[in-house]
This record gives sequence, C-alpha cells and structure tokens, in this order.
Amino acid sequence: MELLSTLSLGFSVAMTPANLMYAFVGCFLGTLIGVLPGLGPVATIAMLMPATYVLPPVSALIMLAGIYYGAQYGGSTTAILVNLPGEASSVVTAMDGYQMARKGLAGPALSTAALGSFFAGTVGVLILAAFSTPLTKVAFKFGAAEYFSLMVLGLIAAVVLASGSLLKAIAMTVLGLLLGLVGTDINSGIPRYTLGIPELTDGIGFVTIAMGIFGYGEIVMNLGRTDMDREIFTGKMQGLWPTRKQVREVTPAVLRGTLLGAALGILPGGGAALAAVSAYALEKKIKMAPDEIPFGQGNIRGVASPEAANNAASQTSFVPLLTLGIPPNAVMALMLGAMIIHNIQPGPLVMTRNPQLFWGLVVSMWIGNLMLVILNLPLIRIWIKLLTVPYRFLFPAIVLFCAIGVFTINNNTFDIWMLGIFGFVGYLFGKLGCESAPLLLGFILGPMMEEYLRRALLLSLGDWSTFVTRPISAGLLAATVLLIVIMLLPAVKKKRAEAFTEE
Amino acid sequence: MRIKNQKDFASGLMFMGIGLVFAVGTLFYDVGSASHMGPGYFPLLLGVLLTALGVAIALQAVVLKTGAGEGIGSWAWRPLVYILGANFVFGILLTGSPGLGLPTIGMIVGIYVLTLIASLASSQFKIREVLILATVLAVGSYMIFIVLLKLQIPAWPYFITG
Repeated sequence: MELLSTLSLGFSVAMTPANLMYAFVGCFLGTLIGVLPGLGPVATIAMLMPATYVLPPVSALIMLAGIYYGAQYGGSTTAILVNLPGEASSVVTAMDGYQMARKGLAGPALSTAALGSFFAGTVGVLILAAFSTPLTKVAFKFGAAEYFSLMVLGLIAAVVLASGSLLKAIAMTVLGLLLGLVGTDINSGIPRYTLGIPELTDGIGFVTIAMGIFGYGEIVMNLGRTDMDREIFTGKMQGLWPTRKQVREVTPAVLRGTLLGAALGILPGGGAALAAVSAYALEKKIKMAPDEIPFGQGNIRGVASPEAANNAASQTSFVPLLTLGIPPNAVMALMLGAMIIHNIQPGPLVMTRNPQLFWGLVVSMWIGNLMLVILNLPLIRIWIKLLTVPYRFLFPAIVLFCAIGVFTINNNTFDIWMLGIFGFVGYLFGKLGCESAPLLLGFILGPMMEEYLRRALLLSLGDWSTFVTRPISAGLLAATVLLIVIMLLPAVKKKRAEAFTEE
Repeated sequence: MRIKNQKDFASGLMFMGIGLVFAVGTLFYDVGSASHMGPGYFPLLLGVLLTALGVAIALQAVVLKTGAGEGIGSWAWRPLVYILGANFVFGILLTGSPGLGLPTIGMIVGIYVLTLIASLASSQFKIREVLILATVLAVGSYMIFIVLLKLQIPAWPYFITG
C-alpha cells in the first residue's frame, strides 16, 4: 500500500489550485501550438519552455508535462483533420484518421483518440508509479562506469529505433555530444570551443538548438515544398461520439495499444513514435470482422490503437528519465534540460530526496491527461477553426514567438543570432537526410557522459577495461553490441527500411 | 567513379569536417591521460570518432548501391533567406547593436519588419494581409509579453522612451 500513500502525497502537491491551473494552461498552450501543422512536440515544447522558467520547479514541470500532452494530442488532431502529421508518432494516426475525416467521421476519430489516450495515459501513470520505486533501488547500485555504459546503450538504442541510416544517426549523436561540450569545462574551468565569445562560456542553450533546428528548419522545409495545399474535412462532420458498434471495435484495440505502448515506452530509445507504428502494425495483423472497413480506408481501430499506444508510451518513457536520469527520446531530453535549469539532477535521488516533486509530477501527468479530455472535446471546434488559418499567417507568427522566446531566456540578442544559425543548420540536416532527434539527445547527455567517463577512469586508474569487468556495465555494453548486430542483420535491416517507408 | 548517394556523400564530408575541427581544436587544450582526463580528452575522442564515421558514411555512399540516385535536390533559398533574415533583422531592431552603432528600435517596430520580411518567403504575398497580421501580432505580443508577463523587452524606439 506504499503506492497509495505516495500517490496521495502526489495528489496533495498536484491538486493545489495554482498547479491545477498550470496543468490546464500547459495543456491548452500545448494543444494550441501542437495543432499548428508542421510543428512537432519538440518544437512546441522548446517554444513554450521559456515561459516556465519563472515558475517554481514543481509547477514548471507540471506545466511542461501538460504542454507535452497537449502538443501530442494537437498533433493527432492535425493528422486526422488535414493529413499533415506534425511528428512521427501521428504519421500512422493520419492514415486511417484522415480517411475517416473524409467520410465525415472526424468526430468519432477525434473522440476515440482522446478517450483512448486518456485510458492509456491512466494505465501508463500507474505503471510509472509502480515501476519507479524498484528501478530506483537498482539505480543506487550504479557507479560511474555503469552510468556511462547505460548512456551508451540509451544513445545507441535511440538511434537504432530512429528511421534512416544507422551510421548517419550515430554520427548525429556524436555531433550532439560534441556540441554539448561547448562552454566552460566544469572540471578545469577552461572555456572550450567558445571562439572567444563570452556568451558561449555558458554553453549553447538547448532551447535555442531545439527551436532553431525543429522550428525554423521545419518552416523552411515546409515553405520549400510546393504541396502545402491542405484540404480540411470539417464541413460535413456529423457528431462527435462513436457509435455503439464502433465502441465495441475500439475497446480491445485500445487495450492492445496501451499494453504495447507502455512496454515500448520504458525501453531506452522507445517512445511515442515507435509505439504508434508498432501498434498499427499489430492491429493490421488482427483478424478483421467481416463487415469491417479495411485499414488505410478509415478503420477506427487504426486510429484508436496507435493513439493509445503513443500516449501510454509518453507516460512510461518518463520511467528511465525519472529513475535513472537517462532521457529515452528527444522530448525527454528537453524535459531533462528543463530540470537541470531548475537545479534538479534527474536520477534516483529525485525520488528519495524530493518526493513531493516526484510524486507531484506523476499525479499531475494523470491530471494532464484528464485535462486533455475535458479541454479538447469541447474545444474541438476551436482547434478546427485554427486549422483553417492559412500557413502564410502562421509561420511569421511562429518565427516571432521563437525569436522573442529565446531572447527572454537571457535577455540577450546573442541567443537570437544562435537561433538563426541553428535554423540554417536544421535546414541543412533536413536536406542531407540527417535526423536531428539523436543530436538533441547527445547534446543534453554530452557533459554528463564526460563526467561519468572521467570518474570511472579515475577510479580504475585509467584502465578502460573497467567498463567490461564490472558486471552491470558489461551487461549494458553487451546489450548495446547486440542491438547493433541485430540491426545489421540483412533481414532485420530490410524489415526496418520497410517499416519506416511504407507505413 | 560516380557518387551513388549524394545526400550521404555530402553528410559524410560534413561529419568529417566537423570532426576534424573539434579534434584539431583540442590542440589548444590539455588532453591529459585516461586516469586524469584533461579538458581535451573527451572532445578528442569524439572528434576522431566523428571523423571516422564521416569517412565511413562518405565511402558507403560511393561504394554501395543503396539509395542510388538520391540527389540533394534544389535549395529553398527564398524561404531560407527571408526567414533567417527576418530573425536577424528583428534581433538588431529589438535592442540595437552598439557594435554597429544602431540604437534600440524595440519590439513593436521589430514585429512589423519581421512579419513583412518573413511573409516574403511565401509565394502568396499580399501587403494588406501582412499589415493586418503584423498589427494583430504586435498588439497581442504587447499584451502578453509586456502587460501580462511584464518581461524586460524593449517595446518602443529609443526616441520615444527617451
């Protein structure tokens, strides 16, 4: 019954009127920005992050978690209504969701997505609460060598599960690690790679990088494409709620998606996108009812299951972050960055030393999910209205908010210059087919990895074999090697390429 | 010898170049030894690794047939120049630039200029629409950032605030 007492502690923190309001504002803003086509959760969170700096740590994290769910749900709305998935995790939602919208069934598609997500989120939060305590105990057995190996595993796993070329993704991770080292070396106090620029001694801001690459880079990419014409099927939306028959079809699909998503979310490198893609693949394999609509033509299971899966995974991907301090994907990397700004070093100590923060955050995740249902179903018409705003009005506004956003972090125009530079870099990466998410992960982990490497090698008197002679560390590295080997097997390689292109 | 995958070849070269810059950069820092890592140790390690990865990616692009014929495609210069230009001009107007001898013009004028320049990136530029959009953004930003959040952003030009 330890779970109950900790959860009630969480409720006492999260249920204060102020924190409820921050959760609400976070969900609202997250959905508002997330609905805008072409902006994924990473760009959305980066854009809204400066607004949370002034809040106390618990409230800031609660608001950020709300922004994250909102952004994710907003992305699904856009995917269903305009077939413009803002992120990888809603690509599969768009396939059947958009077809449903074309048939006038946008309402049931959106409401099943919301209710399925809420159910999955609830299960995800419970799993998070149940798993955190034992995992934290494991984490206390970890020394510097184990943490270093765990980070290697986490970075490689994230890369393996990303789409595209494995080598390029690893190179992007290493580049991220290097960029993370720019600034003052904490050990010697020597400024590294700062080119004599005083602003760089504090390092490059992670919000600036995320906004530049994911915000500006994507805007330029979008404008460079000629097929930005969108067709919105809102005129003939008949009712919001699914029929009884649809509910019967959807319920088992939501359950399957939730379980699969929750499991995949915990894995390092897992997360929303992988969960959604796998859940869709699973639904396709389940035997169809005789009168069911085929997949790809508006099957409601094809919306419900991936949506449940990506939300379950969104919750459980907090497990590695909160217990071990290792972000499993780019969004969690941003959350880690936000925690560091508030002087919280994520890891096993957060739960023991700062239980209010930990359990408050866990409970507010559930509240965030509830907010989404309460907020989004009644407000769906507003989000639809927002989607009818042409892109040519949206992108100048996004540029403006990004520029003002980075400026307010330090009240320094230098951050605006960096934003522009990383906008160019982001476009360049897009053009060269280099995925940017691994770079962000590496960037956040760079300084931590260096510190753990330094400590591990100091303790072993410079002997690198410490990483393979310590059993836990050796196991983690063996898992890393195994992952790479599996990915290089010709059969798996082919399957993986198919999964990411034809889906 | 023909390059089979232009995207990969170019990214290989890019990683090689950046890796080399970081590796050579460690000449300025103490590398130290494994037991006593200096500030240059980890960057040297990563720089060499990135260079090696870059070489491998570029070689693969030349040798392997996968992804053959994948060109980089044309550059979207117009949006790139206007979007980034809008960003930089806004930065200069916002606080001015002592180095260039430019005074503070502030957020309000900056928003009009940013909206104007950024809108040029789209092929459907209409001046009336742009002015309306800029006004909405200016009023909205003033209400949110200055009145509501009370952020330290210069709103008006130096000759008005004095």
